[in-house]
Amino acid sequence: MTGPGAPTRMLRGEHVRRVVWLPGTDLLRGTCFCGAERDAEDPVELWEWLLAHPDHGGTPAVPTRPAPRELASI
Amino acid sequence: MSEFVRDQWYVAAYGSEVGRELLARTILGEPIVLYRTGDGTAVALADRCVHRRFPLSESKLVDDTIVCGYHGFTYGTDGACVAVPGQKRIPRTARVPSYPVVEQDSFVWVWIGDAGKAATTPVPRAPWLADPGYATVCGMEPLNARASLLVDNLMDLSHETYLHGGYIGTPEVAETPITTEVDDEAGVVYVSRHMDDTECPPFYAESTGLAGRITRWQDIEFHPPCLYLLHSRVAPVGVLPNADGTDPDAFHVEVVYAITPSTENSTYDFWAVARDFAQDDAEVSDYLRESNRTVVLQDVDALNVLEKVIADEPAGYQELSINIDTGGLAARRILARMARAGDPTKVGS
Ligand code: FES
Ligand SMILES: [Fe+2]
Ligand SMILES: [Zn+2]
Repeated sequence: MTGPGAPTRMLRGEHVRRVVWLPGTDLLRGTCFCGAERDAEDPVELWEWLLAHPDHGGTPAVPTRPAPRELASI
Repeated sequence: MSEFVRDQWYVAAYGSEVGRELLARTILGEPIVLYRTGDGTAVALADRCVHRRFPLSESKLVDDTIVCGYHGFTYGTDGACVAVPGQKRIPRTARVPSYPVVEQDSFVWVWIGDAGKAATTPVPRAPWLADPGYATVCGMEPLNARASLLVDNLMDLSHETYLHGGYIGTPEVAETPITTEVDDEAGVVYVSRHMDDTECPPFYAESTGLAGRITRWQDIEFHPPCLYLLHSRVAPVGVLPNADGTDPDAFHVEVVYAITPSTENSTYDFWAVARDFAQDDAEVSDYLRESNRTVVLQDVDALNVLEKVIADEPAGYQELSINIDTGGLAARRILARMARAGDPTKVGS
């Protein structure tokens, strides 16, 4: 169901939290604006984890903030 | 405990509802009377006479003043009393509160809360409703349920499959995964559901003339507490927007809801459907108005039932949330935060 028209990033703010329901699974993938990621089956638990930023409980945080040029172009 | 979010703009009425007749609305528990002055300016005043509390909305508009229908206290557009019966001295405290008002995008917005903060808080936008490039049908249905139930309802459109089958629901809506984003600073929740190859429900088949399967996108932008936007895009299967963002071969419908709490257990459900096709076709307008109103009333009926159930239950019932609730949960959390921020007794709790 999710092909060429699948949305990528939608909101343009600097501190956007994102939850993708992984196609073909029952899993949700949460991504914090700091780059930390976690998969979960329960949206309540996943939001709690996302909101705990910067305390992501040992998940290695890979900073993947957009490059300054991308932000400037908005 | 109140769940109201104060210090915010709320839709009180459509501009077309406010005229030289006095209109009563209760917003966040506050009774308000609305009217338009001779020069066309919309006015919102507290709907209770300071004398013996008679509703000003049951009174008389004389030029630009309201003359209380009980003993004749007369109020100007700023709420100040300009005449009382039988005596020359007007008590200094004879005034009713007036509300900041902005007319924009076909709505009359009123500010509920600390009026000093109104000027620095932008009024949310729904530009399609007053855009000549779009044709709009709209309405308002009173809901006998708390506003949060309507927020839950609109944030999770998988219910279209079950509650609105034959109108806007098809099996694919509930089957298609969603992507949710939240920007706390901007105060917006975004939920996206893109169906690449799906059945076309009657709502879109009849209005667009599309026959066969379609690509159907639903992109929700909720600007808590009041404004909900659903950017709906339908096109023949595989037709996508151009790289430069233009999208000439798709049909766009902007579905707008304003969710205005009236009391703790009742809500004004303002709805509007703006389209960028068949703008001059009255039959399409009639069809979309009737269909959307039917759909809204299906929600109203369901939520009225739900309100009764919840109101009769002890607090603290345990819900069960699944993937489809991801957006609704995000909206609830922002609303709870806003309610705390606008209520000095709750700050920090
Ligand atoms: S109640 Fe309005 S004048 Fe007496
Ligand atoms: Fe609905
Ligand atoms: Zn983080």
